Amino acid sequence: MDILKLSKDKFADFLATLSEQKLYAPQKVGESLRFAPVTENSKVELDMANTTVPPKSIFFPQTETLYSYEMGNTEMQTPREVDEGIVLGARPCDARALVIVDNLFAWDVDDPYYQDQRAKNTVVGLACNKPCVNCFCLSVGGDPASTEGLDVLMTELEDAYVLEPLTEKGQKLCQSVAAVTEQAAAEDQDGAKALHQQAREMITRKIETEGIPEKLPTLWDNSLWQETADSCLGCGVCTFLCPTCHCFDIQDEVEGIEGRRCRMWDSCMFKEYTLHTSGHNPRPTRRERTRNRINHKYSYFVQKFDVIACVGCGRCINSCPVNIDIVEILRQAKEAL
Amino acid sequence: MCNNANPYVPYVATIEDAWFETEGDRCVKTFKVTLDDAAARESWSHQPGQCAMVGILGVGESMFCISCSPTEGDFLRFSIMRAGKNTQALHELEAGDKIMVRGPYGNTFPLDEWKGKQIITIGGGIGQAPLRPIVEYVKANLDQYAGLTMIYGARTSGDLCFKGEFEDMSKSDDLNCHLTIDLEEEGWGYNVGFVPTMLMDVNPSPENAIAITCGPPIMIRFVLENLKKLGFADEQIYTTLENRMKCGFGKCGRCNVGNLYVCKDGPVFSYATLKDIPEAFA
Repeated sequence: MDILKLSKDKFADFLATLSEQKLYAPQKVGESLRFAPVTENSKVELDMANTTVPPKSIFFPQTETLYSYEMGNTEMQTPREVDEGIVLGARPCDARALVIVDNLFAWDVDDPYYQDQRAKNTVVGLACNKPCVNCFCLSVGGDPASTEGLDVLMTELEDAYVLEPLTEKGQKLCQSVAAVTEQAAAEDQDGAKALHQQAREMITRKIETEGIPEKLPTLWDNSLWQETADSCLGCGVCTFLCPTCHCFDIQDEVEGIEGRRCRMWDSCMFKEYTLHTSGHNPRPTRRERTRNRINHKYSYFVQKFDVIACVGCGRCINSCPVNIDIVEILRQAKEAL
Repeated sequence: MCNNANPYVPYVATIEDAWFETEGDRCVKTFKVTLDDAAARESWSHQPGQCAMVGILGVGESMFCISCSPTEGDFLRFSIMRAGKNTQALHELEAGDKIMVRGPYGNTFPLDEWKGKQIITIGGGIGQAPLRPIVEYVKANLDQYAGLTMIYGARTSGDLCFKGEFEDMSKSDDLNCHLTIDLEEEGWGYNVGFVPTMLMDVNPSPENAIAITCGPPIMIRFVLENLKKLGFADEQIYTTLENRMKCGFGKCGRCNVGNLYVCKDGPVFSYATLKDIPEAFA
């Protein structure tokens, strides 16, 4: 399949064609930029650094019904399978995060909810032309134009987008927009590649990961964890906005006779996350919780799935109210090893 | 592993029988449970050590060890201490009521590997619940093991679970049953003293033996110390861990100790594995 070019003046038609299916794209919702279903009145924003909330929210919603029931009855209704859809404008780091989290949701027992969403959605990525100040994807196996987890890679040129189909799903999508696109000329393709290279050179933040997965747990009693925890407020934003964080709680919600058991994002930075019914807490303070968060991403997950559970998107740094910086934590860890 | 097509959806089960093991605020109630669906019963298979999510729709679900051995029959038993919201609601249930069960989860005690060995269980309080399946399994297959020694203690005689079962055991020549309570009580015919002390009094030989201990953390700490004193190697000592759990199959994240998930890599661990994990006894 050929690489396509979408002129920016055809973008509205392009969106209209894609909206024939369920289409998610970055939109301003309240204060934050997040992936939301596109309707006629939507204002899709692709001119962004990155979304506040990663597209994981489509595949792993913040709250999701596992099954519903009527009180006093033991019959359980699972939600119907989702429709096919398109996710437009995922940054390559966030798409890579999906591939990383796929490991977990397929580990031994398949997670039907997540996997249904993954199978049904086509992911159209948007290469980063201008990485953020806290981006460090290059240090953790990513790239501003990484194709991992993407079905189509889009690159924004001055007056057009270059669309590169990467999978069968991506080819199908490109065929569906044939009427509003043309073949990309060699110079457009070269232009895209030049932008990718330019973006790589703009990334300044770096983590040295060599030896970290094997040795990070040896820093168990290092003062680093207490020092980080001293400023932590325990708000959990670092985990809620993390594209690879996948932890959830399961709770029953009942209104009248209608009940549902649902799962919702949870955070290892919360005290309740590990609190036993007895009152005992194996991770009683933010020190233990911070240590677990970083060890999980950079050591435990790697030992299980051979990949670091961090894509270097920088959200945890950008959003932390007290400027806790994972790059700095890992720099100190590396120094202490 | 989980038998349902959707691992989050529990089986409907019926409580056949329910009785209190202990009294008081944190009393323990045992439920004997049978899955309603014949196909589910057929496909369900558990081994000593494994756990299951037990709950009530509209309230919630929690992880409990299965406190019976498959050698006992085609049913499940859960011995549940009243401690929080879910267990409070579960304690309200009686024979004939419906209960939701999913599982079984986790690894098992390596009872095949232990064949030919002397099996020693050392339990305290509700910690006997995960040990009971071993006791029952070994009792049912006694010809395959060198013997069974059971040390079990609780604060008072009223806090001992499964009391009736042990009285029979104490009469058997093949089984070594040692019951103890912390403080002297009128009419108590067995030992008085803490479980770790009892262990030293029983003085089991480490030769060709496996020791499994479950109970309060403080008891486990001293039992481990004493087992080392008796000459048990790390590989001969087993325990089970518990942590807060939501899914039971390695997705929800919270039950990890280091890089191990209690729900999948555990709950059964040898001390040889745990001693290198700094968080294991946190």
